[in-house]
This record gives sequence, structure tokens and C-alpha cells, in this order.
Amino acid sequence: MAETITVIQPSNKWKFFDLKELWSYRELLFAFVKRDVTAKYRQTIVGGGWAIIQPLFTMVIFSFFFGKLAKMPSDGVPYPIFSYAGLLLWTYFSNALSGASNSMIAASSLITKVYFPRIIVPLATTLQFIIDYFVATIILFVLMIIYHVPITIGLLGLPVIVFFTWLLAAGVGFILTSINVRYRDVQYIVPFFISLLMYVTPVIYPASVAERFRFILALNPMTGLIETHRALILSQPIPWSELGISIVYTLIIFVIGSLYFKKVERGFADVI
Amino acid sequence: MQNDIAISVEHLSKRYMIGGKQHQWSIRDTVEEFLRHPFGIGAEKHDKEEFWALNDISFEIKKGDVVGIIGRNGSGKSTLLKILARIVEPTIGKITMRGRVASLLEVGTGFNAELTGRENIYLNGAILGMSQKEIAGKFDEIVAFSGVEQFIDTPVKRYSSGMYVRLAFAVAAHLDSDILLVDEVLAVGDQEFQKKCLGKMDSLAKSGKTVLFVSHDMRSIRNICKNGMLLNEGNIIRFGSIEKIINYYEGLDVEELKFPAVSDGITIRGFNVIQNNSKVTNINCDSDCYVVVVFQIHQSLSDFRLGISILTEYGEFLIRSLMEDWDNSSSQIKPGSYSAKVCVPARILAPGTYTISLHSSLYGKGEFFPNNHISSSFQITSNVFNSLHKTEKIGCHILLPNPWELSKLSDS
Repeated sequence: MAETITVIQPSNKWKFFDLKELWSYRELLFAFVKRDVTAKYRQTIVGGGWAIIQPLFTMVIFSFFFGKLAKMPSDGVPYPIFSYAGLLLWTYFSNALSGASNSMIAASSLITKVYFPRIIVPLATTLQFIIDYFVATIILFVLMIIYHVPITIGLLGLPVIVFFTWLLAAGVGFILTSINVRYRDVQYIVPFFISLLMYVTPVIYPASVAERFRFILALNPMTGLIETHRALILSQPIPWSELGISIVYTLIIFVIGSLYFKKVERGFADVI
Repeated sequence: MQNDIAISVEHLSKRYMIGGKQHQWSIRDTVEEFLRHPFGIGAEKHDKEEFWALNDISFEIKKGDVVGIIGRNGSGKSTLLKILARIVEPTIGKITMRGRVASLLEVGTGFNAELTGRENIYLNGAILGMSQKEIAGKFDEIVAFSGVEQFIDTPVKRYSSGMYVRLAFAVAAHLDSDILLVDEVLAVGDQEFQKKCLGKMDSLAKSGKTVLFVSHDMRSIRNICKNGMLLNEGNIIRFGSIEKIINYYEGLDVEELKFPAVSDGITIRGFNVIQNNSKVTNINCDSDCYVVVVFQIHQSLSDFRLGISILTEYGEFLIRSLMEDWDNSSSQIKPGSYSAKVCVPARILAPGTYTISLHSSLYGKGEFFPNNHISSSFQITSNVFNSLHKTEKIGCHILLPNPWELSKLSDS
């Protein structure tokens, strides 16, 4: 067997990730995901039920205030399933993003003690919430049955949307968590930023209410993903142009995020 | 790079930015700085101070060599290990390592309190770079070594600290790598466990692995390592056989201290141990020795304190002796040069390694040298004490100087 040769040198160049190295650390990635998922709900009564409670209760509250009292339009679909179809993906995105932003700080004791590709930390955090997403789809199916929404083949498209949402959350997360290592301001900004972002994303209202300002919504990369997510569930036509814009944004953000993370990660252990 | 070299380090330096104005740490300051000097144009560098933790060091370590890295706190030992372990990046220089590298800078890195012992073995193993298959293969061995079989499916937060450490070390001890970097991890657990750890380290060292071992514990370094590297202020001072390095290091404190040490109220000109009229670093406890402090007082002082403490090699505080202890008039002192001498009686301290540390202060106002401890290490030996079992570990520090009196009462 050829001997492994490690060369350590200061580097200043912009580089993409060493995919071969990342692949060799895949087991660590899974070990982190497994740790997060197992440790998270241990010593709780509801356990994995917490994955459902967050989007479910939000849906119930919003259905009462926006659906029933404020009569928010929902493109002719019952408001509970309309909003849940948005909240399900949004919950994933917001958990993944806020988790990723704090991930490096949370792992600081590891980062100062052992080497592994640092990117694994935010990657694992964003991945673990996908499990919550799938747990929460149980309620989606219940709602689909209650409201007689046909279960169609379109649902198979959901994992694709989740995949792009993951890329987006990870890409933004890479940048925020790197900044957070140096400036703890980030941890105060992110929750606030995420809750504001929800109102400029058509999560609990249809993009159609914005009409003239629809182009502003389209600037938000989550718009196309949420709209498509809902369209797949409700068997509505897929908003291809918005989806296309979102995917392009997502890819750009992911690449920039990865490059930025790679550029600054070598200093993490010095300043964390 | 030749095939028999495991680690080659060329012109390695590591710079840290310290002090000055602590800007850079909040976004506001950075934005302000950026607006003032976009892209660093015209930025003034003077408000940041450089600190070189490692200063252009080069060395090579052969395969199978077991090298102890010693030096005072802040000498760069840990920085060197962290760079080799790829935790921090060097500022300048190049390192080439042949073989699989594993680092052990802490026992139980990444242990999660909520997870069970079993789950933590897999997690910690993965963090240390073992594959899940590898861990599964060694699982029973790891559990047996740790001695926590009974609790393997209990969350580790319910473990006693000893169990926790044993399990953590057990995982680390089963790392299979060609090069092993170890930092002071053995300073945990009880004596028995430390012995087990050292034994494991020793067998690793003998199995042909290349080991770099940082420690303050000279005894374990001496036992495990063949060669040593002595660092001081980011430079390699000595590199060679471990015996020579340790002997040099233990004498170093005395030689190296920069006397006179000057502070506001006092100038220390000398701090020595004298036995049989000569300065020593190796004290024979069969006769008295004297600690002599030569100092100068610049103005009249009241509440003056001067004296020594004697500590064990693990830093336990054993003996205090201040001038004022038996003579309270000594707390008033007039300007002038003085020599103060105290006798450390024969046959009080058991053979071993001790540190004598100088104390000088104004009572209620603090020490004259709050940041620099003036101290030196001593080896104490005896020709008489326990001479039938010279190599036996004594396990105590204080002796009674008097021999026993045995009188025969009758013939039966």
C-alpha cells in the first residue's frame, strides 16, 4: 500500500474543497449526523415528536389568525394545508440555517483539538434537520387526507426541492458560521434575520398577493423553492421561471459559500 | 525526502497577532477600519503586535523514533504539535509527514454526554480518524481496556469522571496510525490508570510507531522517549538523547534566569542553592544545604516579605519559609544590598524532583514579580536513605531526619 504523505504549508489561494478528502471523511459526517439526531431528543418525553410540533403548531396558529380571522387568500386551497405546505419546507430551511450559523462555535472544542475538514460541521448540522423534515411530512399526509388533496406522483419531486433548500441553507450557513467564528454578532442577527425573511417569502401567503411586487419576491432564493414545494403537494402548475431563478441563486450562493469557508477555515482554530 | 524520515519540518514559523487595540473583534470596528482604509490601503499596522510562537524551526524525525518535546509554558510546544496535527496553519514553512497521522491532544475529544458509552466509542473513533469497521473490529478490546463493560449502554453523563477518562483513553489507545502526536493527555485519572496509560504509550512506542510526546512530566518522558527536543521561546535549543536534554533542561532554570531581576522595590541579584560551598542543582539530602538570595533594596520598605516555597514536581505546595515567619522585625527593611540565607536541613526531603520558588512581596500590595516566577528545579538524592531499594518509588515527600532507636528488651 502506498504511504500517505501529508504536506502542510500555509496557503492563501482561493480553492474549492478537496472532494477526495471529503469523501474519505464521509463516515465522520454520518457520525456527526447520527450524534445530533440521537442526542437531540434523548431524555425528552415527546422525542422525535418535536420535529412535528414546530411546523404543526405554527400552522394551527397561522390558520386561525391569518386563515380564519384575516381571511388571507390561499389560491383557493384550504388554508391549513396551504400554509403547512410552505411551513414544512420553511421550518427545515430556518432550522438548518440557524443551526449551521452556530455550528462552528458549538464545535469549538473539537476544532481546537483535532483535524478534519471543517466543512463537515455545518454540513452535518444542515443534514440532520432533513430527518426532522421527513418526520414532519407525516402531518402533511394527514392533512392531505383530511382535505382530500390527491396524493400524486408530484410528491416525488419534494426531495429534489429539499436538496436545493439544503444547498441554499448550507451555502448561506458556510458564510454566516465563518463570520460567527470571528464576530459573535452573527448569532444575534441570524434568528432575527430568519424571522424577517419568512415574511418576505411566500410561506404563509401566496406569491399572487404581492402581484406588482412579485419581482421583489423573486429576488429571494427561497421564493421559487417554497412555491414549487407547495405546487408539487397541491398538484398545481410548477412555477418554472421562479424555480429556475432560485436554483441559479442557490448554486451561486453554495459555490461562493464553499469558497469563502475554505478560504477562512484555516484561521478558525486561532480565533475561535 | 528520504524514506526513513517520518516527519520533516523546514523553516517553520507561527505568528500570532496580539494586543494593541483589540479591534477586529466587532463588526463595527472592522467596518470603521475598512471605511478608513479600504482594502488595507494606508492602514497603519502599529496597533497590532506580533508574537512569534515558533521561530524558524527545522528538524527531521526518523521513523520509529519516540521524541519528547519539553520546554516551559509558552515555549511553543503545543503550537508545534497543533501545527503538525493540522489544527492551526503555519505562517511560514513546510512540513512533510510520511504515514498515517493521528493526534491526541485531549482525551475524549467530542464525547457527547447524552450518548452512551457504546455510541461515544463510535463517535470518538470517527473523530480520531478510525473507520466504523475498524472500530467495530476493536470494540471488545476497547471496552475491556476501559473496564466499563457494565455501563457501556449508559449515557456517559452518568459516568464517574474516572470511568469517563478511562473510556476515552481506551478509544485513543487503539488508534492505528504510523505517526502519533500526543499532548499532556496522561495528566488525568488516578495513579493506577496513569500507569496503564504510560504502559500503553510505551508499548506503542516500542511497536515501531513514530511518536511525538509533549509533557511536563519528566519521569514519563524519560521512560517513554528515546530522544528529546527542548524548546524555548519558539526556538529549538537542544535536540538529542532524552537523558541529555532533560539534564540540560533541569539545570536550565538556574543558569538561564536573567539576573539581576529588577522591579520597582527590589533587585534580585542571585538565587542559588549552596551545598558544601558550591552552587548545586543536584542536592544530596544527607547534609544541609542553603538557599541564598542576594538582593538590593532601593528605598525603605515596611511589610516586606521574602522567602521560598518548595513544591513537588507536580506542583503541590510542600514547604513555606518566609524571613518574617520567625522574625517579624524583618518586615522593615532599609535600602542597601543584602544576602539572605536559609538552611534546608538534611534528611527532610525525600529523594525526588522538587521546585524551589522565590517569593518576594509587599504584604497587602502584592508580589514584586507577579508575572515571572523565579524558581528552579532540583533533584534530591541520598546515599543513605532506603539504600537497599534505591530505585523504589517512595511516594512521600517529607522524611523524619532521625533514625529509629531499637533497643532489645530481652532474648525471647
